[in-house]
Amino acid sequence: MSAADGIDARFAGRLGAFAFDFALNAPPSGVTALYGPSGCGKTTLLRCIAGLNRVRDGYCRVNGELWQDGARLFTPTHRRALGYVFQEASLFPHLSVKANLGFGAPPAEGGSAPAIDWDEVVELCGLEPLLDRAPRDLSGGERQRVALGRALLSQPRLLLMDEPLSALDDAAKADILPFLERLRDRLSLPALYVTHDMTEVERLADHLALIDRGRVIAAGPLGQMQSDPALPLAAARGAAVTLTGKIAAVDESYGLTTVAVAGGAFVAPGALGPVGARRRLRILAGDVSLAPAPPGPSSILNVLPARVLSIRTVSANELVVVLGLGGDGAGDRILARVTRRSWERLGLSEGVSVHAQVKGVALSRDREA
Amino acid sequence: MSPGLLQPVELTIELATVATLVLIVVATPLAWWLARSRAWWKEAIAAVVSLPIVLPPTVIGFYLLVALGPHGPGGAIARLWGASTLAFTFGGLVVGSVVYSLPFVVQPIRNAFTAIGDRPLEVAATLRASPSRAFFAVALPLASPGLLTGAVLGFAHTVGEFGVVLMIGGAIPGHTAVVSTTIFDYVETGEWGKANGLAAGMVVFAFVVILAMIAIEKRFARGRP
Repeated sequence: MSAADGIDARFAGRLGAFAFDFALNAPPSGVTALYGPSGCGKTTLLRCIAGLNRVRDGYCRVNGELWQDGARLFTPTHRRALGYVFQEASLFPHLSVKANLGFGAPPAEGGSAPAIDWDEVVELCGLEPLLDRAPRDLSGGERQRVALGRALLSQPRLLLMDEPLSALDDAAKADILPFLERLRDRLSLPALYVTHDMTEVERLADHLALIDRGRVIAAGPLGQMQSDPALPLAAARGAAVTLTGKIAAVDESYGLTTVAVAGGAFVAPGALGPVGARRRLRILAGDVSLAPAPPGPSSILNVLPARVLSIRTVSANELVVVLGLGGDGAGDRILARVTRRSWERLGLSEGVSVHAQVKGVALSRDREA
Repeated sequence: MSPGLLQPVELTIELATVATLVLIVVATPLAWWLARSRAWWKEAIAAVVSLPIVLPPTVIGFYLLVALGPHGPGGAIARLWGASTLAFTFGGLVVGSVVYSLPFVVQPIRNAFTAIGDRPLEVAATLRASPSRAFFAVALPLASPGLLTGAVLGFAHTVGEFGVVLMIGGAIPGHTAVVSTTIFDYVETGEWGKANGLAAGMVVFAFVVILAMIAIEKRFARGRP
């Protein structure tokens, strides 16, 4: 059995009045977001994978290790090499931060050093100043960082996170997101990340599974899922696409950074990193407008040749256009939200070449491949 | 204090100490099971454990007398070391005290385990802790205020019992005569001064116990987030 066959999880059953029938396939590495409205069963799916909920009709295999096979085989939670971060940090109140971190760590004796090193986790999660404190003396964000470090130090081969930011205020969220990004970039640990917040998905996820009413309705690489006109994401008010690219040039005199993606390049204000560094770009559908011919001089930094691949009507007078970057349309996909009037006046149709004018690009860090 | 008064005090403390140790050992797993089990009949067990709260001590004393006597299981056990009965012995008093005080020890411990909730135990399981490690390293320390309350209540309740120890102990000086039965004897024989000495001591003891309970509760209420 190959160790790299990812996560295969299927659970069917009911919990009280809630019926579910999940089938999730996730790749063997990277962060897979489980995204859906509250009450859709994301947490139930995560708990089933962890073995915290037990359903008779379940199957769960993680990177070659069988954790559940119907009623015949069920590995109890404490024998599964997983890390679980709950919505509330749930630190043990009778133990110090240091003892909480050490609770799940394997004993120090024995020759081989653990794969996830104590010092690395303490540094990664910024825990050094907290070690001797008691959980009750920590802020919400600090507690969640300790919970994350504690889960990592138990040497998991799969990290499960259940809305780890949702109990935090905006300031604490902003404080902890960079830690999660660093974690994703530094550790090659596969993770399932439950959330109902699209900004967290855009910042952290590599893959996305859409969950609705007890089912996984679609799953795939993040950018592909965001630009799929058949899925509800593309039609949403804040629809956006996340691309990954490399910094190609930094113009110091104007303070501009150029990031190359497949089929084009985007310019963003600011010196945003060294040449060659990988970055995530977030492009809102509402920030993209279309022109049939190269537009005249404009203050808009980004005008990219693209091709209309498909469209989706999102309301009586508005539609979402899926664009392939590059003259041949073979590059990365982005979305543009346009009115029906513009669409008809410009005489656009599927397959035509256009120029996409992009008003804004948001950059965040990404894993160094 | 005269030696006549000291003997029942010593015996009472010895009985309460042994009974409390046995109570904690018996009540903790029982309370854990009552707090965690989903068996439908667990409340029936809880009701049986709680019977001494409602029953007159004479009823409990009567059945204990039968059970500890030569024809009951207590007699069978006593034959192991050549005796014929556990009634009217120190061992019998311990058994009686444990039965009589059990509900007062089980209840606070059960409440403490229930108050912990599922989450800390789930967290422990996700951190590779076996069920027994989760119990000893997480549940027990988190329930420690409940255990302490249970121990204090069990000790105090054993010191304060009268009917049961009188029926199964017979108030034999030096063997089964504890403070409460001794007071009764002094009153019967008209030694009011001695009765008052022991009775006043019990009032002070009860006051200290209640004060200690309040202090424990306050301390732990502060100590937890």
